[in-house]
Amino acid sequence: MPLIRNFPFFCIMLSMMCGIGSAMLPGRIARKVTVALAAVVAALNAALMCHLMAAGENYHYLMGHFPAPWGNELRAGPLEALLCTLFSLVLLFSALGGQGKVKVQVDPNKESIVYVMLNLVLAGTQSMLYTNDLFTGYVFIEIMTLGSCALIMNRQNGRTMVSAMRYMIMSLLGSGMTLMSIMLIYTLTGHLLIENIRQSVEVLYMSGQYHVPLTVTIGLFFVGLGIKSALFPFHTWLADAYGYSTPTASAVLSSIVSKAYILLLFKIFTRMIGMDVVVGLHLNDLFFAFGVIAMIMGSLSATHSHDLRRMVAYSSVAQIGYIYAGMGMGITAGLIAALYHILIHSAAKSALFISSSALADASAGSKRFSDLRGAGRRSPVAGVCFSIAAMSLVGVPVLGGFISKLVFSQAAFSAGGVHMWVMLLALAVSTLLNVLYLFRTVITLYRPAREGFTCTVEKPDGAAVCAMVGFVVLNVLLGVLAQPILNVLTTGFHLFM
Amino acid sequence: MKKNESFWQKLLSLDEISYENPLDEQLIDAETDQPDSVLRQQSPVEYAFAEILQEEKQEELYIAERLEANSLHAWVGRQSKKWAKPVYSLLCALFCVALVVFLMSTVIELPPFGAADNPTNNEVAQRYLEKGLEETGAVNMVAGMILDYRAFDTFGESTVLFVAACSVLLLLKLGDHKDGEVSPAMLEAEWDDRHHEPKNDAILQMAARVLVPVILLFGMYIVLAGHLGPGGGFSGGAVMGAGLILYLNAFGFRKTGRFFTYKTFRWVTFVALMTYALLKSYSFFCGANHLESGISLGTPGAILSSGLILPLNICVGLIVMCIMYAFYTLFRKGGM
Repeated sequence: MPLIRNFPFFCIMLSMMCGIGSAMLPGRIARKVTVALAAVVAALNAALMCHLMAAGENYHYLMGHFPAPWGNELRAGPLEALLCTLFSLVLLFSALGGQGKVKVQVDPNKESIVYVMLNLVLAGTQSMLYTNDLFTGYVFIEIMTLGSCALIMNRQNGRTMVSAMRYMIMSLLGSGMTLMSIMLIYTLTGHLLIENIRQSVEVLYMSGQYHVPLTVTIGLFFVGLGIKSALFPFHTWLADAYGYSTPTASAVLSSIVSKAYILLLFKIFTRMIGMDVVVGLHLNDLFFAFGVIAMIMGSLSATHSHDLRRMVAYSSVAQIGYIYAGMGMGITAGLIAALYHILIHSAAKSALFISSSALADASAGSKRFSDLRGAGRRSPVAGVCFSIAAMSLVGVPVLGGFISKLVFSQAAFSAGGVHMWVMLLALAVSTLLNVLYLFRTVITLYRPAREGFTCTVEKPDGAAVCAMVGFVVLNVLLGVLAQPILNVLTTGFHLFM
Repeated sequence: MKKNESFWQKLLSLDEISYENPLDEQLIDAETDQPDSVLRQQSPVEYAFAEILQEEKQEELYIAERLEANSLHAWVGRQSKKWAKPVYSLLCALFCVALVVFLMSTVIELPPFGAADNPTNNEVAQRYLEKGLEETGAVNMVAGMILDYRAFDTFGESTVLFVAACSVLLLLKLGDHKDGEVSPAMLEAEWDDRHHEPKNDAILQMAARVLVPVILLFGMYIVLAGHLGPGGGFSGGAVMGAGLILYLNAFGFRKTGRFFTYKTFRWVTFVALMTYALLKSYSFFCGANHLESGISLGTPGAILSSGLILPLNICVGLIVMCIMYAFYTLFRKGGM
């Protein structure tokens, strides 16, 4: 086996070891370790992606001496490698951009724990993407759940404590449901390996045996992971959790952790259950309905939020709705559109969180819109970063969000029927609402400051400027290189299945 | 905010609002607050009072804000009509009943427990039972399964414990990491601890003198013989942790501090987890690239057998012991 094919294993073990080691290091060194780790992981995954695209194949990797149904196994393809590359880049920029805030807001003795959690979140995300075994997926769900709770309560004040508690309860409910469905699927099929489950599920579906348990199991997977990824009716923990924690934590939680859960659900539905079974049981309509409602309701909540961070948080609900609606169309084009939107939203949302914290710094630490007037001029880099990311989410051409909306509508046209009309309508309404709240914010940022409002402008530190420039480049590249990325996604998706 | 403004007017003028409402003013917290822990260490008692007052105030704000943020609750809150709340409760109850019916019907349809033709009785379980001894060298099949066949999952599980310990540390640890330094918060916790826990209880000390060595020895036996019979790192570690906690309760922190401090905890956990990671990485790498690892399985049944399972069990046992003990001390007085 060529060395390059060991990269997923190297990346996962390296992230775990850095996570464990960071606990022993003082905060300032742990910070550097995390940044270096994210860069290395991004480079390794990018190399792997290029290699696999050239080879046009995916492969299985034994974790140990025993073949798959008995031992653990990884499975890597261009799709997983691309997603891992992007997530590690986002983590790199989020850690860089938020490190100044972490220094101020976190107890200096406990600063290294932030970086322990960031490293372990990176390890968990990669494991959930690469694993070919359902139970390994669950183990890393647990790590991510506890890690993200710790990330929320790193900044210790009343708000974060309560929101961490609420997140913990909701998230454990989700984990419990996922575990329950894993047990049910094991009882029904006798396997934990994804390919073997697929074969057994197809046989069960054809024979009509265990029809009710199978449906309930799929439903439990959907609700369990839906709660964890903040799908609309289960999103009540989200605004507080993202609104009051450190900017790094908000960025990582919204753009990496929730995406990892969605991708695990994606893997379960497309590869483990099989899209034909899901469509046959009409469960994709469940996805679609929840997704469409989330697209509208999330944007509505965002429009009447008074606080910048909370507005950005609520906008996540809407964007996650897009992803679920894409998955719910039940056709390949919809799934690829959902994958592309995951990339776009990751890059844009983390940029919004990091830059909104820099904008608040330039407005005497306030996050309300009346004080933020003129913040874009007081802190130019943050203003540009926020505007680019907002434009990307709204769907201004050249940027990624435009391509994503285009791909969604194309998918809607090829789906036809009710799906087409509902999706197009929801896209139109949601885009209008996006314009309303995001452009209103951008305009606010460049309006002259309120009369009598004076403040000392806190300049973002060098690392934060680097991170914001990085985010701008990432967002623009995702739009400019849309065709190659879509090619990788399409090839990767066909290999993934 | 005027009542008669239309929705659109409100929406487009969010940045004009001057926040006359004091409630709104407090709802938005500043980005640049000091870490509370600094305050807490300066004057713990004053801080506690201030915090309680603040919390009470925040409680009210929270309720107000939740009503605003959560539209369903807001809807229920706005319905001053008498029927709204009972209807809401009734719907909740109906939902729960429906859920129970669904899940029960699922359970009824599942394959009967222990039947010979169940789907779980397949080639996976068969190979574990028939070839397990030969392939892993462990007499205890459970140990062979979790520490050899599926060792990656177990590494994940040990890391879950580590993450949990870090989270509790983050929440409850008081004072500086350096040994010997005592902050006011730590002194207060110490006083609190002494106040509630009687020291030098003769009966407890006598019992502990007899029991602790036995418990620790038994724990070590469970860990070391984990590959030979029922037991292993998780159960043995829990027993050893319980032994340490009993010792601490009988003789107090000062005596335990002679051999088990915060530093010991950090180093033991770190070294054990790293050893696990490195040993297994080597084994995974060899396995995946089809190389000979050169780890001999030995004679099944001997204490030095079954390859890596024994060292891995020791690592897991140490991790579990340390983390059990750390949980206890952190919850009791925020440090060791």
